[in-house]
Amino acid sequence: MKLSARDREMLNGNHGEGARFAMSVVVRMADAVGAQELVSIEAAHIDACALLSRSSLDFIEHLAGDGARVSVPTTLSMVSLDLENWRYLGIDPAHAEMATRIANGYRALGCVPTWTCAPYQGYLTPRLGQQLAWGESNAVAYANSVLGARTNRYADYLDICGAITGRVPFTGLHCTENRRATVRVRVEDVCAADWASPTAWAALGTLVGGAVGERVPAIEGFSGLRPSNDALKAFGAAAASFGSIGLFHLVGVTPEAPDVTVASQGRPVSETRGVTAAMLRAAWEELSDAVPEAPVDAVILGCPHASYAEFEALAEALARRPGTHVHDAVQLLVFASAPMVELARRGGLLEPLARFGATIVRDSCPFHAPIVAAEARTVMTDSAKCAYYAPGELNVRVAFGTIDDCVESAIAGMVCGGGAPWHGR
Amino acid sequence: MARTLSGTAIVSGDAEGLVLRSDRAISLWGGVDPATGEVIDRRHDRHGASIAGRVFVVPAEKGSSTGSAILLELIRAGVAPAAIVTRELAPILALGAIVAEELYGERVPVVRVGPDDWDALADGDRVRIRMDGSIERIAD
Repeated sequence: MKLSARDREMLNGNHGEGARFAMSVVVRMADAVGAQELVSIEAAHIDACALLSRSSLDFIEHLAGDGARVSVPTTLSMVSLDLENWRYLGIDPAHAEMATRIANGYRALGCVPTWTCAPYQGYLTPRLGQQLAWGESNAVAYANSVLGARTNRYADYLDICGAITGRVPFTGLHCTENRRATVRVRVEDVCAADWASPTAWAALGTLVGGAVGERVPAIEGFSGLRPSNDALKAFGAAAASFGSIGLFHLVGVTPEAPDVTVASQGRPVSETRGVTAAMLRAAWEELSDAVPEAPVDAVILGCPHASYAEFEALAEALARRPGTHVHDAVQLLVFASAPMVELARRGGLLEPLARFGATIVRDSCPFHAPIVAAEARTVMTDSAKCAYYAPGELNVRVAFGTIDDCVESAIAGMVCGGGAPWHGR
Repeated sequence: MARTLSGTAIVSGDAEGLVLRSDRAISLWGGVDPATGEVIDRRHDRHGASIAGRVFVVPAEKGSSTGSAILLELIRAGVAPAAIVTRELAPILALGAIVAEELYGERVPVVRVGPDDWDALADGDRVRIRMDGSIERIAD
């Protein structure tokens, strides 16, 4: 493998144990995936801070204990705790102590304490063509696809090893030729009104993710439509949960796909069956396994972390139901980064949420922090990613629906839903 | 009757155990309980089985990039598979095994096999994994 003089110094321990450990992991991974050389990165986003476990703490304290530092600007995914408000959320102090130690370890390495799984809607947004080491599958899909930056789906601990060394295996989506679309997915009869809600995009993401696996799809049918950032976020989060998508091209929308020829770099592409309204309706239905009208224990919004526009959408949904309040037996949880919550506060968006009885959770995630009550049996969400992971992680049944369905279910204390869009086609 | 399959050692190591065969890609995060090794993904074909101590034969990895951290924790907690055999390249699983070796000095081999050898690995087979990635089936 081709290594620079500095790479070798790190590998030999000349820059300390933390850098040696990190470079050893990077080089062994390069070898494991068959990379011939390393590439320098300009930024990193770390997902490894999210998991609360003894080994996660051992890992970061091993690196931080030696005084290692990140060598590129590095943001952090959520941590398993609302670091400022955990006492009000009924979190066990032992859990809080371990989560805080993990958080402090990453801060000690010089990472920026963003604590969000939606870093592309916050600080240090990547640029077209920049090489990155990003963890967190939804963030990777967004950085590659919507922003045109270049990162593989960094698994836990390689992201931070890349941040410390500034080097990663030169392979996969770092390389231009691997970014070409290899499969076309045509969505039939697109009617703009059906695609106004991010939930429609989430349902499409489950279909595309399941159909293409790890391949790079060029999705056709949306040229001229202008999906919101939150729609693309919902799509990518779903596609990266139901499949292993790290990059998608939405033809006529995303930066590397003005048309199919450019997206595929002029090379042949295979074709999948066209996506019809019936397939989309079925995908929507499959996201729910809850019994209709079952009691709802928790409503989860902000997976991935809510944007300002998503806070606005929730406030608007609440304004359509004046004078209502969350049912006594329901937790309505909104997950977001602390800076986004502060923006929402400044925008006057938190007052209606507080009146309604919503709980805002900063820095964290329903799957990494014990926030959803352990007795919960049924969870409602507007997130396909959440619907995918909740059954295994929370041992619950799931209902999927729009933001209005979620509000209605929170009020009624049972699963309510208007069903899928794509009516009558 | 013993027969040796030739895999590629993505992470080298010696191991022996009973095959737990799956035909569906796995996300360890959300798919396996890190405290026990039980498969908790209801959509997975081995839902309810435990991968602890088994030679986990799984076609590919998918989903969350937290999978490597789950493998590290399974190894630390002593409930990891004895080895992992995949058909596709599985970098998330390889990474978990590499970090475990660097941090704890524990080796869980990760081996990739070709399609023919993949088909030859049956649930319940006793196999031995060698440093070079070869897989020997051991007769009962």
